[in-house]
Amino acid sequence: MTRTPLRPLARILSARAAGENPDVIERENLAQRHEAMRTRTRGRAEGRLLILGFAFLAAFGLIGMRMGALATATAAEPQLASSGTEILAQRADITDRNGRILATNLMTNSLYVQPKDMVDPARVAAELAQIFPDLDAAALERRFTDGRSFMWVRKVLSPEQQQQVHEIGDPGLLFGPREMRLYPNGRLAAHVLGGASFGAEGVDSAEVIGTAGVEKALDARLRDPAQAGAPLALSIDLTVQAATQEVLEAGMKMMNAKGAAAILMDVHTGEVLSMVSLPDFDPNDRPQPLLTGDPGDSPLFNRAVQGVYELGSTFKIFAVAQAMDLGLVNPETMVDAKAPMYWGKFKINEFEGHNYGPLLSVTEVIVKSSNVGAAHIAMQIGGLRQQAFFKSLGLFDATPVELVEAPGAKPLIPSKWPEIVTITTAYGHGMSDSPMHLAAAYAAIANGGLAVKPTLLRRDAPLQAERIMSETAARAAVSMLRQVVTRGTASLGDVPGYAVGGKTGTADKPKPTGGYYKDKVVNTFASMFPTNDPKYVLIVTLDEPVETSGPKPRRTAGWTAVPVAAEIIRRTAPLLGLRPEIELGAPDGLVAVNN
Amino acid sequence: MRPLLYLATFLAVIGCAFWAYRENYATQAALKDVSRLQAEIADLRDALTIQRAEWAYLNRPDRLRELTTINFDRLGLLPLEPTQFGQTGQVAYPAPDVPVLLDTSPVDTSGTQESFP
Repeated sequence: MTRTPLRPLARILSARAAGENPDVIERENLAQRHEAMRTRTRGRAEGRLLILGFAFLAAFGLIGMRMGALATATAAEPQLASSGTEILAQRADITDRNGRILATNLMTNSLYVQPKDMVDPARVAAELAQIFPDLDAAALERRFTDGRSFMWVRKVLSPEQQQQVHEIGDPGLLFGPREMRLYPNGRLAAHVLGGASFGAEGVDSAEVIGTAGVEKALDARLRDPAQAGAPLALSIDLTVQAATQEVLEAGMKMMNAKGAAAILMDVHTGEVLSMVSLPDFDPNDRPQPLLTGDPGDSPLFNRAVQGVYELGSTFKIFAVAQAMDLGLVNPETMVDAKAPMYWGKFKINEFEGHNYGPLLSVTEVIVKSSNVGAAHIAMQIGGLRQQAFFKSLGLFDATPVELVEAPGAKPLIPSKWPEIVTITTAYGHGMSDSPMHLAAAYAAIANGGLAVKPTLLRRDAPLQAERIMSETAARAAVSMLRQVVTRGTASLGDVPGYAVGGKTGTADKPKPTGGYYKDKVVNTFASMFPTNDPKYVLIVTLDEPVETSGPKPRRTAGWTAVPVAAEIIRRTAPLLGLRPEIELGAPDGLVAVNN
Repeated sequence: MRPLLYLATFLAVIGCAFWAYRENYATQAALKDVSRLQAEIADLRDALTIQRAEWAYLNRPDRLRELTTINFDRLGLLPLEPTQFGQTGQVAYPAPDVPVLLDTSPVDTSGTQESFP
């Protein structure tokens, strides 16, 4: 850069010669220099502003483009973050206590039609009617051609059916994916599982909802997406359930009963290992509820939980156990057992008009199943204490098992509790309970006097339980129940090695019009095994059984329910891992004396 | 010196651009791979569910009972009986292996005692 001097000598000299002031030249040049400097600075500042403006434009442009992209882009799953675990079946599986599947899901397809896309409705209708025999070709064709644009044909298809429909080859036939509930074991544990059906249905998916049993009672848990991967483990043991069902079904046929129920319960945890109600149904194809007649005759009726019956003499042990717990009697106390007993206008008889009196020991009251003896013991206890005890056994409330039917099956309790009710309930008449109630109450005696809450879910340890009777009273009651089998009314119930104890109960069925049927009974055998350290309680109930091998028909529990229960124990005890034990009987002529 | 620096920077920019280009495609390939694998996992899970259901269906107690009845002559299976519990002492364990001497030629052991006092 050439620097212009402020006082160029040539001009100064000529100015001096002309007599002008040379300072003017200097100022002029200075002004020119300043002008040039200002121009340069302005240019630089303009350039900076331009760059800055460009930077802002770029920044705002970037933000704007990003916002535009975010606004117009479709949402995509973050692919790198996902581990893939969320791709799971919608509804959780149900398994038995050992993880064997009781209910699972299966992907199938549903079939729907869009008649507007259909090429040849008449042919499609005819071919569909051939694949599905329950469809009517003429009705289908009418519906295909009445102007509708959408119609469901089938909710689920088997793969073979799908292929056949596919081969019709009409563009109006469409498939939608469906997750279907499958019960691979068929009728087994049908009443426990209940069943499932479709709720809200769309083309691409449908909601599966439980309709009964565990499926409905625990619907929220089964549908919880957070727990979809974890199957729901029930307390049911599949093999034990299968054996129980097989034996009970054979027993029901042999005893000509119209229905039967069995419950096998762990006495310490209250877990129900097996619950069978017959007749049963296939939950894959759940029948419609009966619209007319007694709902109790429907196969959907769960006799084990919903069947509320007068359970008869099986209740006697409660009166005796309570009296022993209160210290009113001991097993050898003699009580009045003179039959018939009169109370006001009521007459209390023994079975077949026997008279075990005038005095009978408490043990014999149970072994011989004396109504009068039990009535006298109950009168000693009194109504208030008896009600409190029944309540603590859970006999006054609906059972807490996880079935949607359970809260509805409330026991039938008399609204007032006069002394005659105290007397009749002592031998199981006047109040009605379900076999599940009885199982829980017997479990409380069997485990040494701790209250039991029955459950259908697997529990790994017993819950903290409330004590409802002393351990000595419970042990004495168990030993009486053992004697019922060794020398009493349930002698057919002995299974070598398993020391079965139990109490029979035979109750006449009430007529809907009032009074009782003469030849219709409900037979119950409430048992526990092995009595030296009770682990399981088994309740077997037969509805209207009759045993016809003898000269005249027999309808007592000792002839009907007891042999069935014995066979169930013989089959299931080894499956439960119980080793048979050889019992050492007391030597003859020696009786333990308690001073 | 300066042109060399320019050249180096230029080459570095080219190198970075090439690396970024390759990484971009590698990432896209990996993402595609992940989504393919996830689809495969979902398919396999579906298949597993179906196979589990089928296993449970084929092992249902009714069917096993029928099969044991049909094949009774060959299998002779009966329900478990209480009498089938045994003691561990009753189990016939295989006899412990006795080491076999391979060298069957006679061995002369006389005169060895002195060498191992």
